[in-house]
Amino acid sequence: MSIVKMKLNGKVVSGEVEARHLLVEFIREHQGLTGTHVGCDTSQCGTCVVHINGKAIKSCTVLAVACEGSDVTTVEGLARGSDLHVMQAAFKEHHGLQCGFCTPGMIMSAIDIVKRNGKNVSEDVIRRELSGNICRCTGYHNIVKAVQAGAAAM
Amino acid sequence: MADTKTGIGASVRRKEDLRFITGKGNYTDDINLKHQTYAYFLRSPHAHATIKSINSGKAMKMPGVVAIYVGEDLVNDKIGGLICGWGITSKNGEGMKAGPHPVLAVGKVRYVGDHVAMIVAETREQAYAAAGAVVVSYGVLPHVVDAAKAMTSKVQIHEAASDNRVFNWGLGNEESTAAAFKNAAHVTKLDIINNRVAPNAMEPRAAIGSYDTGSDIHTLYTTSQNPHLARLVISAFNGLTAEHKLRVIAPDVGGGFGSKIFIYAEEVACAWASKKIGGRPVKWTADRSEAFLSDAHGRDHVTKAELAVDANGKITGLRVHTIAAMGAYLSTFASAVPTYLYGTLLSGQYNIPNVYAEVDAVYTNTAPVDAYRGAGRPEATFVVERLVETAARELKIDPAEFRRQNFITSFPHQTPVIMCYDTGDYAAALDKALEMSDYKNFASRRAASAKNGKLRGVGFSAYIEACGIAPSAAVGSLGAGVGLWESAEVRVNPIGTVEVLTGSHSHGQGHETTFAQQVSDRLGIDIDSVSIVHGDTDKVQMGMGTYGSRSGAVGQHAISKALDKIEAKAKRVAAAVMEAAVADVEFKNGTFTVKGTDKKLTFGEVALNAYTGHKFNTSEIEIGLKETAFHDPANFVFPAGVHICEVEVDMDTGHTTIADYTAVDDFGNLINPMIVEGQVQGGVAQGIGQALLEGVVYDDESGQLLTGSYMDYNMPRAGNMPHIGNFRLGFTCTPCPTNPLGMKGCGEAGAIAAPPAVINAITDAIGVREISMPATPLTVWSAMQPLKMAAE
Repeated sequence: MSIVKMKLNGKVVSGEVEARHLLVEFIREHQGLTGTHVGCDTSQCGTCVVHINGKAIKSCTVLAVACEGSDVTTVEGLARGSDLHVMQAAFKEHHGLQCGFCTPGMIMSAIDIVKRNGKNVSEDVIRRELSGNICRCTGYHNIVKAVQAGAAAM
Repeated sequence: MADTKTGIGASVRRKEDLRFITGKGNYTDDINLKHQTYAYFLRSPHAHATIKSINSGKAMKMPGVVAIYVGEDLVNDKIGGLICGWGITSKNGEGMKAGPHPVLAVGKVRYVGDHVAMIVAETREQAYAAAGAVVVSYGVLPHVVDAAKAMTSKVQIHEAASDNRVFNWGLGNEESTAAAFKNAAHVTKLDIINNRVAPNAMEPRAAIGSYDTGSDIHTLYTTSQNPHLARLVISAFNGLTAEHKLRVIAPDVGGGFGSKIFIYAEEVACAWASKKIGGRPVKWTADRSEAFLSDAHGRDHVTKAELAVDANGKITGLRVHTIAAMGAYLSTFASAVPTYLYGTLLSGQYNIPNVYAEVDAVYTNTAPVDAYRGAGRPEATFVVERLVETAARELKIDPAEFRRQNFITSFPHQTPVIMCYDTGDYAAALDKALEMSDYKNFASRRAASAKNGKLRGVGFSAYIEACGIAPSAAVGSLGAGVGLWESAEVRVNPIGTVEVLTGSHSHGQGHETTFAQQVSDRLGIDIDSVSIVHGDTDKVQMGMGTYGSRSGAVGQHAISKALDKIEAKAKRVAAAVMEAAVADVEFKNGTFTVKGTDKKLTFGEVALNAYTGHKFNTSEIEIGLKETAFHDPANFVFPAGVHICEVEVDMDTGHTTIADYTAVDDFGNLINPMIVEGQVQGGVAQGIGQALLEGVVYDDESGQLLTGSYMDYNMPRAGNMPHIGNFRLGFTCTPCPTNPLGMKGCGEAGAIAAPPAVINAITDAIGVREISMPATPLTVWSAMQPLKMAAE
């Protein structure tokens, strides 16, 4: 076991983990932040996407100990009090979610897509960049609309 | 309408969204109970084998292990097996040949993934590690995984079914249908495989069993679409405990698509094991690999289908023989899917005087097969719409016009296969779809695609489905083990806010919004003054859950009935308070008035009076304002529509792109168009997935599941769907006459309509008669080669 220390949603946290523990396990089980989900075991589904030092990463592919000293943001860290991040608001406004399970990962990926591709990111780029996030409910139609709207507002 | 911004017909943004977009959803795996343990299920690596011995001695000594259980432990505790809730009678009068379905295997395993042992430990890792130390000695048996081969195989999966056949069922008039084919001017025949798919709700199944030693009460948190049914089955059939001592909670559930209707081994085992280990909670969460292995799959039909047409282009007969895979065990509603949810829809939207369906349901050494989005109706629609499209092409009649000339045009319409369609206007949907898709200019788009090296094709799908399976007496006479009603309780608080406790269960459908719209509209109160409670058997009186697009037509009808009672009671209270006759009290826009006077009371004022009891005689009018209703529908509801798909096929690679998709649906009245559109978009995506990408594959030789992860099973991604500007939705409306809101169901339409639309488009594009699903680039490319060679 070793102690890992990182910034999580702006607060410094630490916990004792086994070397094999994944970041998503640290976030969900050690820190009790259950907005980050686990939907597969092959790093395909994207329900576990978080931001590490500002980049979207699947937290099921990173060991917790590898995040020592990192700045990690989860979906819980996006809103400022009751003020939603514009991407969160866009998902609600455009009905970009149904069961909600893929939603945190989608929103974290979407923000990263816009950061890298700009406000005017095209529909084709959004669809291609979302290939690592699977949704079974929406058919992606309204997710793409939400990302476009969120991009414009970011 | 009380408030056009939040009432019926408004695209109200969803009330439930805030918790999901901020990470505050509460799914089963998010719940952690004090002192909980973790379960891991050791699964069979063989498709078919006897269990000679299980030695868990070494594993029990591994760190953190609390207990290890095998099938006999549950049997010794008198825990019954899993059940199939719908009995089907064969043509010869025999009942289903159902084999045992133990919670954990007893003596034999019958598919890769079958449950062999349950390891309970302090941590998930410890349970997993200990599973590796359980020594199981298997006697490997030959297996059969292909439904088409099951009846002729020498392999026998269950003693009860010597030829692996569970039943041989028929529906319709065999003789008159044979005569129709004898007299037909044209017969179209197709061999159709409806590919096996994995439901893949994004939230994997999970369960936490928790037994309270002080009260002798079991609590089960589980990923269920119908917690009350889970309680009934686990109590009455598995015999865990009496119903009043079992509480089932299905909190936020991350999608179901049918797969979370069923009662699964892991739920029963976790609930049982918690008591065995002295009351510590036992938690299990599937990983995706386990989901592929053990969630009930969908479809898997092998069908011979024929259509008879007379010299005037009128369809005179339709006949199918279908072999339907059940998998290794009969899942909860498995037997109903290829029978009463399939054969009954084989008349489609057409006036077909003679229909006959014969179905052999067979055991195979695979995961069980049960209802998956649409359940039987997609399989029926695929048969009908592939036949109709192919017949039109053979007869050189425009496929739209061939459909139109065979549409049912007067209602009610009694089909030869049980269903009596109540209302519809199929030509209106066709006309709208033709216009929206700009069908008349298809030829120019085809030419434009050809210039880019692409083959463009167009395909139709005129589907019908039956939702809100009912009435209970009718389904009971057809073999259902339960009634298919719904219940609602409307609880008005003294300050006039309202809680609705519903037996429907929302796992993405947005009930917290649409049900609140209904109440807000009816009572004239703010939508934020209404909350919807579901998913907990301790809170909600009774329920049958959500599947088969029943929550609107059945669940909301129950709410309507409870609201009728609320209004009647509130009028009595208002009359007493305003010193008027009940008959003179009117209720509109949230206000009670007395005819011919200026007396009025708001809904909130009446609610307060109902609870204070200061101004009426409480021996005549009971205190309080809370009403319960059960609703049993008079008939199914019949959503229908026309979907038109255009594809582009790359000539060099065989890769298919959905170039354009138009869906026109008649769901009757819409409560929330935004949510309905979302249901259609998601359903179409699943249908496109089945048509182009998805397929569960078991290896014939080894019996292993080859598509056991997202590396091997191709889920639809954002890039597989049509562009925003090329995906059009439209609606027509014939209100349903059997419910007060005039609603039909919208949850499954897309998944039902899309596969034949896509396949009809591909066969049109490349000029072949048949192509199998999923139409992967390899499949399409291979199909094109003989044509290419002929052309060269």
